[in-house]
Amino acid sequence: MQEIMKKKALTLLADGTVTRVLGWKRGDFVYDITPAVFETAEEVETAFVYNAFCGSNLSKYLVKESRKEGKTLVFLKPCDSYSLAQLLKEHRVNREKVYVVGIECYGKADVEKIRDKKGASIIRSVREENGMLSVRGLVDADASIPLYEVLLEKCESCKSKKHPIYDELLGDEGEVVEDCNRFDLVARLEAMTPDERYEFWRGELSRCIRCNACRNVCPACTCEKCIFDNDVSGVAQKAAADSFEENMFHIIRAFHVVGRCTDCGECSRVCPQHIPLHLLNRKFIKDINELYGEYQAGADPDTRPPLVNYTLSDAEPSIVHTRGGKDNG
Amino acid sequence: MQRIGVFVCHCGTNIAATVDVRAVAEALQHEPGVVISTEYQYMCSEAGQNLIKDAIRDHALTGIVICSCSPRMHEATFRKTAAAAGLNPYMVEIANIREQVSWIHKDIPAATEKAIVLGRAAIAKVHLNAPLKAGESPVVKRALVIGGGIAGIQTALDIADAGFEVDIVEKEPTIGGKMTQLDKTFPTLDCAACILTPKMVDCAQHEKINIYSYSEVSEVKGFVGNFRVTIKKKARYVDELKCTGCGLCTEKCPQKKVPNAFNLGLDNRRAVYIPFAQAVPKVATIDADYCTMLKTGKCGVCAKVCTAGAIDYQQKDTFVEREYGAIVVATGFNPIKLDAYEEYAYSQSKDVITSLELERLMNAAGPNGGTLLRPSDKTHPHTIVFVQCVGSRCDDSKGKSYCSKICCMYTAKHAMLIREKYPDTEVYVFYIDVRTPGKNFDEFYRRAVEEYGVHYIKGMVGKVLPEPDGTLTVRASDLLSNEQLRIKADLVVLAAAIEPDKSARPLATMLTASMDTNDFFTEAHPKLRPVESPTAGIFLSGACQGPKDIPETVSQAGAAAAKVIGLLAKDKLTCNPCVAKSDELLCNGCSSCEKVCPYGAITYVDKEFRGPNRTTLLRRVASVNEAVCQGCGACTVACPSGAMDLKGFTNSQIMAEVDAICK
Repeated sequence: MQEIMKKKALTLLADGTVTRVLGWKRGDFVYDITPAVFETAEEVETAFVYNAFCGSNLSKYLVKESRKEGKTLVFLKPCDSYSLAQLLKEHRVNREKVYVVGIECYGKADVEKIRDKKGASIIRSVREENGMLSVRGLVDADASIPLYEVLLEKCESCKSKKHPIYDELLGDEGEVVEDCNRFDLVARLEAMTPDERYEFWRGELSRCIRCNACRNVCPACTCEKCIFDNDVSGVAQKAAADSFEENMFHIIRAFHVVGRCTDCGECSRVCPQHIPLHLLNRKFIKDINELYGEYQAGADPDTRPPLVNYTLSDAEPSIVHTRGGKDNG
Repeated sequence: MQRIGVFVCHCGTNIAATVDVRAVAEALQHEPGVVISTEYQYMCSEAGQNLIKDAIRDHALTGIVICSCSPRMHEATFRKTAAAAGLNPYMVEIANIREQVSWIHKDIPAATEKAIVLGRAAIAKVHLNAPLKAGESPVVKRALVIGGGIAGIQTALDIADAGFEVDIVEKEPTIGGKMTQLDKTFPTLDCAACILTPKMVDCAQHEKINIYSYSEVSEVKGFVGNFRVTIKKKARYVDELKCTGCGLCTEKCPQKKVPNAFNLGLDNRRAVYIPFAQAVPKVATIDADYCTMLKTGKCGVCAKVCTAGAIDYQQKDTFVEREYGAIVVATGFNPIKLDAYEEYAYSQSKDVITSLELERLMNAAGPNGGTLLRPSDKTHPHTIVFVQCVGSRCDDSKGKSYCSKICCMYTAKHAMLIREKYPDTEVYVFYIDVRTPGKNFDEFYRRAVEEYGVHYIKGMVGKVLPEPDGTLTVRASDLLSNEQLRIKADLVVLAAAIEPDKSARPLATMLTASMDTNDFFTEAHPKLRPVESPTAGIFLSGACQGPKDIPETVSQAGAAAAKVIGLLAKDKLTCNPCVAKSDELLCNGCSSCEKVCPYGAITYVDKEFRGPNRTTLLRRVASVNEAVCQGCGACTVACPSGAMDLKGFTNSQIMAEVDAICK
């Protein structure tokens, strides 16, 4: 796949369709992949990488890249193109400045899980072939691990392999995954008593170190000036009165992306403290589905998000409070 | 730092009896920025207002807090007071210590404490208030009347006579409404058609009135003075401009088995019809549910006989967009469905009818040409039983808890007319009470009893049983003589409760006008503003606001017209300066605010901003049309980046109030 993508990038650069390429490059380690912009054929030849660790979502970078002169070629996995579709809906990306190549995806690997499987910490190289990963360590023996056993959490409950938006596809057009079970954990949280749930979230959120990685990676968090950076908003730089107030950061953020979050799962993937932040967003998605009918942010460019739309059949707030009132109008 | 004056009102004993006003004034004296804090018996009185004005001048106040009644009551009063003393009127805040404190609490210490907290919140807000200046918006000098019954007709005529254009939107093919179906009217017994149809003709001929018949309101945008309304003209398959109303098509149409809605299904009409002889506009309409041509494509008789060439089977619904300064709701009423009252055998016997059906049976233009005959066998009924309050004044789960108000009088009218015309008929009326508050109403009812010998029996009918011989056995109780009655009747007439027309609820949503739990429109004030909706620019006429007889409807219609004329006579309206404002540096251009704005006040513009390294950056940002914005604040909540704020109610002001309360 990497070679096909490289060839595509080189062709489009050569014929002038695009002036830059948004893709991934290798970091210090083989599993340490970062998003990168390539402006010349040479850069693409030498540094462009696509492998099982390209989990990161490139769509958010287009907010900035699409403001530059010329077109930007971007490679998007299905979940990433949902994010782009949502950004287009919010007028955050200039569609004319973007050339979207959709790539097929069968899930990306979580290096921690590979380490656990292999029982060793240092990994020299990983090769992917037909759903199997051949892992070579520094001292210990090589191992062959099926990809599906070491998927990123966000890929385990993949919602769709279909691209809502693209100019060109590499590989097969996929389908929306009907039984993705992504709300199972949310349902388990809902079944808890309020006290249990409070303790669960206190336990999770108390690990937060406010590194802002979740916000910085989130494709729904593209505000010109984030309220957490805005001194007059009243929430920025505020000395937290207690640890719970500190945790409010995540609650506020979840409210800010509600109805716009496409459930790409990047927030949890990048969290260095392994807080399952995506569950907050999924809870909102589940509620919206139940109260206002099925809605997937980014699935299409035209439908109005339920939270900024009013229909006569909308649930009344009092009914929302007691639940199960979605049919009463 | 602001220099704030605090003025605590006793409101006579309204506040002072439950709140220690002196303690409130003293406690608030110590709040930051407060330079004077005092109390007075009636702050809204001339002396009270002078006290405020003097304090503003003597203490060079920059903001004032009035602890008094609801701002809905006197905010405007105190803003004027402030303006008269040279203070910007938007530097006034009201702490409502009457409706929110003294009227709902009994315990003096608790009430006093709450009053202090509310005063503190208002002071915290005033600290962040900024002087605001109101703009102006023009008034479109045309009114829309929704509903063409007697209420709508009278309102339209009165507005038009004052020289303003009026459009009437009527969902039926003709204007006239329920009154066209009535035979005689109480308490004078003059014929309904004789007094109504001239008014209908006046409407049609008035140069300032334009009638959209067979039409409905499908969308309402805008605000007082500048409503934009989309009217759906339903396809009637007849060209209104060509049709002469000759009625030839309605005689030749081969589809004869269409229940005649005008006669409440008591007889049949053709698929192409003119509801009644005096219809306005007198134009035929094809009933698409029954027309063979429209259903199967085969027939076309009406088109062949029409000499004017007015029939158009291809006609589609069309939409017209018009602008209005004011909207009058006159959507009227309907009798309720009697499904829940099986004990009266309405669905089992043709000879159990509603009062409105009786009107048609007695009407000269009705199914029997005015001779009262039983619907089942077309014979004269000799014993007639009237049942009052069917669905009125009863349990909410079954009918309506309110009194339908008109039934006592029209039943007396029916009883009297029947006794007059057919003296051999025995007439019984079963009632809970007879309610006759109206000019000449009680005299009218007394006449029915004393001169016409109608048997009024206090008590309810328990059951109506259809007998094999075609008669009806009415089982009832006489509460005054305390005995059970069985009456063999030929005809039973049910005074069905009335309810607002079903079109009212969706219309109220479009107009953002409020309704009560019975779907009657609510007034801005039940006593002092009875013909205005709380939504500015929306007025109420007739039974859409509550059950009414004709005289009351006509007076309310005139009152609504007077209010509309008062509005349309103005060239400009002062806008509310508490409108939304977008901080362009924070705006992402995401359109969330545009989507939630109910007034279409937000548009987007591409604007150049300074980017990093001396570059310029073209960004899409929201821009608020201040004349259109009504200050509802929906956008400020929807905005993800906090770029939208509401002047006079900024997020920081509201947070300051909350902080002050939680302190």
